[in-house]
Amino acid sequence: MSRSRRDFLKLITGAGVAVAVPLTAEGHDHFTGYPDSYGILHDITLCIGCRSCEAACNKVNNLPAPEKPFEDLTVLDQKRRTDENTYTVVNKYDVGNSSVSPLFRKFQCNHCMEPACASACFVAAFTKTPEGAVIYDPSVCVGCRYCLIACPFEVPAYEFHDPLDPRVVKCTMCYPRIIEGKLPSCVEACPQEALTFGKREDLIAIARERIRKHPDRYINHIYGEHEVGGTSWLYISGVPFEKLGFRTDLGITPAPELTSGALAMVPIIIGMWPVLLGGIYFITQRKEKMAARELKDAVNEAIENTQASANEVKAKALAAAKQDKEKAIEKAVEKALKEAAKQAKETKEDNGKEDA
Amino acid sequence: MSEHSTAVERPLFSPFNVIASLIILFGLWLTYLRFTGGLAAVSNLDHNNPWGIWIGFDLLCGVALAAGGYTTAAAVEIFGMKKYHAAVRPAILTGFLGYSMVAFALLYDVGQPWRLPYPFIISPGVTSVMFEVGACVMLYLTVLFLEFSPVALEWIGARKLRRVIVRLTILLTIFGVLLSTLHQSSLGAMFLLVPSKLHPLWYSPYLPVFFFVSSIAAGLSMVIFEGTLAHRNFHDKMDKEHLEASRRVVLGFGRGASLVLAGYFAIKVFGIAIGNNWHYLATNYGLWFMVEMLGFVALPCFLFAIGVRERNATVIKWAAFGTILGIILNRLNVVLICFNWQLPAEARYFPNWKEIGISVFVVTVGIVLYRFIVTRMPVFYEHPDFKEKH
Repeated sequence: MSRSRRDFLKLITGAGVAVAVPLTAEGHDHFTGYPDSYGILHDITLCIGCRSCEAACNKVNNLPAPEKPFEDLTVLDQKRRTDENTYTVVNKYDVGNSSVSPLFRKFQCNHCMEPACASACFVAAFTKTPEGAVIYDPSVCVGCRYCLIACPFEVPAYEFHDPLDPRVVKCTMCYPRIIEGKLPSCVEACPQEALTFGKREDLIAIARERIRKHPDRYINHIYGEHEVGGTSWLYISGVPFEKLGFRTDLGITPAPELTSGALAMVPIIIGMWPVLLGGIYFITQRKEKMAARELKDAVNEAIENTQASANEVKAKALAAAKQDKEKAIEKAVEKALKEAAKQAKETKEDNGKEDA
Repeated sequence: MSEHSTAVERPLFSPFNVIASLIILFGLWLTYLRFTGGLAAVSNLDHNNPWGIWIGFDLLCGVALAAGGYTTAAAVEIFGMKKYHAAVRPAILTGFLGYSMVAFALLYDVGQPWRLPYPFIISPGVTSVMFEVGACVMLYLTVLFLEFSPVALEWIGARKLRRVIVRLTILLTIFGVLLSTLHQSSLGAMFLLVPSKLHPLWYSPYLPVFFFVSSIAAGLSMVIFEGTLAHRNFHDKMDKEHLEASRRVVLGFGRGASLVLAGYFAIKVFGIAIGNNWHYLATNYGLWFMVEMLGFVALPCFLFAIGVRERNATVIKWAAFGTILGIILNRLNVVLICFNWQLPAEARYFPNWKEIGISVFVVTVGIVLYRFIVTRMPVFYEHPDFKEKH
């Protein structure tokens, strides 16, 4: 039942590109790494800086021969990093304490449990395999180099000199060899057994056991157990890790969690912005319409009012005119009567005179 | 139209044309170097500093400064501020050319530009913020093309097609604001992955919000700034409505920019408070942060407010210029100046002159296209055959 429900959820989350991200990132499932994945334990107290691992890595991966041969240990006087021709480097650290100094530390891709490079890649060129290796597919790479930006360990390198087919370059944990049941070449080449290959869980147990048995020899910290969500490479040391060029301020948050919140906002904005903006649009439209109607109403009212008052004036004027007219008629009648009376009187007098 | 009879004669061998041609020829030579010798032949990019000014300036500043398109379209079409209608076409044109130049610069920056469609057709990496940025920028470029197309269609006289697209205005505007919100913020979200590399004064979980809000101020300021330049050079192309509206636009957009910058300043301070990063203010990076915040956010905000109150367009134009410099400074700080701050000085990046040359070339191509369009198409004036009431 729960199985099929999970498959169904996978199906629907897979169907919607935008939805898939927040659901898998924000869900209740906490990814703790593939079970039985492999790792490598680097015991820094055992490393003698012989560069055998560098030589073996160079050979197995068919990388170009370096300027100075691997036997030349003066190379160690400089702090080096991985580049397009180098998957791994060993650096020398003078830690002051003469009984252990100098110390040597091997540097390469740490094969994070939840890799920042994979989280950053917009063509999904990076894969965390169930075996533990983080591998890269150059056939889809666009060359944006966001993986170089994202990597907290500054591991991936880029072929800046290649004009047509530049690739990202980094340690593969000898994934092709692991598949064949062989050891990673660096582990195989190490004469000091400073490198141990095995299941990551077992390696953590081994590291803990060594720290427990030799508290004078190791500090109580397995670097890579929790850093940035855990890495397949693990380190134990006799001196604090920051003295060996490790960043100890990286925190334990895996890379995908840093962006999952922002990515989760994407579908919300896609869903809600048209509602918000459309709403504002309709409100302004409505306001404009209302304003236009109010204006029209006001104009109509004004016209009506003017007309009404005009009518009133007209009526008054008419009434006044009528009154005037009546008065005039009355006056005229009166006048006419008077005139008539006068005339009658005059006629009488005339008649009287004539009679006389 | 009267504007045409008074049009300034633009000779073929003007100083601008000569200099622009030289820059473009030079840019073509740099292009040859880039695609025969690889990124290393023209840039100082390296494994520690994989992104330089092409991402920092051309992409991040380009996108932020092209925000005038969505802010103006939103103000006029959605918020109904019709009195700024004359500002829409120039802003859309600048946005369209800005994004086109961003895409153009990307062709130089990525290792295999012919694979740029891969995220959408071959192998989508949906966990990447960059996937979202890419998808939104691609779609928004299409939206801007459609929003701008009536101008070109009026020019060639394609009435029917123009009418269809003009009917879509409100839909395109809403879609454009949606896409801009997403990718303006996502450009900031891309740096959420690097809390260990970006200085804490600039790194914040609010980076997406900072980028979005500052893009609004950038867009409003660019409309004012670009309008000022356009008046100086293309005054003869502007009709009565455009000339009358320009002062309204400066005052209105100045008021908007002042408000947005004030909000931006506040949330940046909240960002420091929430990260409890106050103690970094007493360092050299802290001083640099204060230069950005006081000199290029607070000061322009204040100048905008003064300019609006005094109705002084000159002050507002200077404030707009300051805001634009501030946005450029902010984006360069995030990508270059305060990125990798823990690396020793000799491992830090400084651009190669050829890298700068390619950036100058890209900007020049944009300006040439802008001139070509505004001297021919109805951008600053209404086409007599397509007058509308507003």
